[in-house]
Amino acid sequence: MITKILIANRGEIAARVIRTCQKLSIKTVAVYSEADQKAPFVSMADESFLLGPPRVQDSYLNIEKIISIAEESNVDAIHPGYGFLSENGAFAEKCEEAGIRFIGPSAKVMEKMGSKIAARKAMQEADVPVVPGTDGAVKSSDEAIEFAREIGYPIMLKASAGGGGIGMQAVQSDEELIKAFESNAKRAKTFFGDGAMFMEKKLDFARHIEIQLLADNYGNVIHLFERECSIQRRNQKVIEEAPSPFLSGQTRKQMGEAAVTAAKALGYTGAGTIEFLVDDQENFYFLEMNTRIQVEHPVTEEITGVDIVEQQIFIAEGKELSSSQSEVNMNGHAIEARIYAEDPETFFPSPGHISAFQLPEGEYIRNEVAVAQNDDVTPFYDPMIGKLIVKGSNRREAISMLKEALLTYKVEGIKTNIPMLQKIAGHEAFESGNTTTAFIENYYLPITKTK
Amino acid sequence: MTEVKASMAGSVWKITVSEGEKVSSDQDVVILESMKMEIPIAAEADGAIKELKIAEGDFVNEGDIIAIIE
Repeated sequence: MITKILIANRGEIAARVIRTCQKLSIKTVAVYSEADQKAPFVSMADESFLLGPPRVQDSYLNIEKIISIAEESNVDAIHPGYGFLSENGAFAEKCEEAGIRFIGPSAKVMEKMGSKIAARKAMQEADVPVVPGTDGAVKSSDEAIEFAREIGYPIMLKASAGGGGIGMQAVQSDEELIKAFESNAKRAKTFFGDGAMFMEKKLDFARHIEIQLLADNYGNVIHLFERECSIQRRNQKVIEEAPSPFLSGQTRKQMGEAAVTAAKALGYTGAGTIEFLVDDQENFYFLEMNTRIQVEHPVTEEITGVDIVEQQIFIAEGKELSSSQSEVNMNGHAIEARIYAEDPETFFPSPGHISAFQLPEGEYIRNEVAVAQNDDVTPFYDPMIGKLIVKGSNRREAISMLKEALLTYKVEGIKTNIPMLQKIAGHEAFESGNTTTAFIENYYLPITKTK
Repeated sequence: MTEVKASMAGSVWKITVSEGEKVSSDQDVVILESMKMEIPIAAEADGAIKELKIAEGDFVNEGDIIAIIE
């Protein structure tokens, strides 16, 4: 039994995890940086402890300090949320050494999936299709050019250790490849301590569709269908929905089965997500696996009725999955829009003071927020200040609810991407389900430029 | 003399020029980091860097002077 959990995270996801803990009568411990002293998640927890100065190295990435607070406050388990230490194998090991359960898969699986090169290999071994690309790291720009001759442009150059779009670039020519290879290897080395680069064929007209998985400690694995996350800017997701308006029933089934097979082959445990690229012919290819809760998990919760955080806790407690695959059903259509503190045209971050903050309300609306009125949005962390989730009985209804909710979403004092979200939600290409990864480039950026 | 100002709050991730160095308009002078994004700040005029007002790792607010070009 888990009776007390420390949440090693901040913002909306910390608040989200605390809510489920409250539902399960589990006590909660929040940890926070000096910049987050007044954040809503801190006061929601039963206990809270200051980690240190705002910089992440001194706060949310400070493993020693987090473990010592966990020991002092006598928690049974640590929930890492997403980002920060959520996919850090060394942190998971330190938790276990201290006798505290890490809510997530084993350190070994996490590390394997954290290396994009190793993950590709593991998926190939499990017979999951991967995007045509290099089998291992590309050592030099000469080798990169040689490989480019084989598969042809456009090519996606990626850092093996990369995340959040860092170290990743699309290239169209030898000249671009040489330049991008060196600069991205350097950036990956700076950011992740690992400059290993690999290459994949860039798929045009592709969609980013991912499968949510749940796996217990007894070899039972089920999927909770897909999330369509194609609408991205700079490889960061902006709007996600479930189910995907594009997939046929047959492809949905095949992707779910492939993801379950892969998780079984890996010995995966906990909640996890396998991301796929899907081309216009519905061929799907493994992209990466996220070994943690995802930002966009609420859309899956809305259509399946499953509380994914609750399932993570149950699995960590050693419970068996309570549902079999045939007992999981989809119902209705859910869309999530991420609210970012950024200029909607330049995408530059917009930290500052929130002078007025009012959320849309309604039976079909779910708000996950990191801030409140009179809060300061600091420049130290990710620009996402909230998520707006709507659920309709079908996609058309969900879109009209999203449009309406965005009209009443009020954030003053800082710039947000709400005007951009409104334009996307009202665009005919979005309404018709033409959501490829090039959506923003093809449909949104041209609107901002012609003004 | 022109001032190079921070266009937003953030920390100084990299300084790409040194004092005395000749720069041209639109050349990046520093790269700020804010909300997990790097934002290059460019010189607005041709000239030489007379003074750098900040160091790598410093925190700057919007409107703070980063460098002076002469």
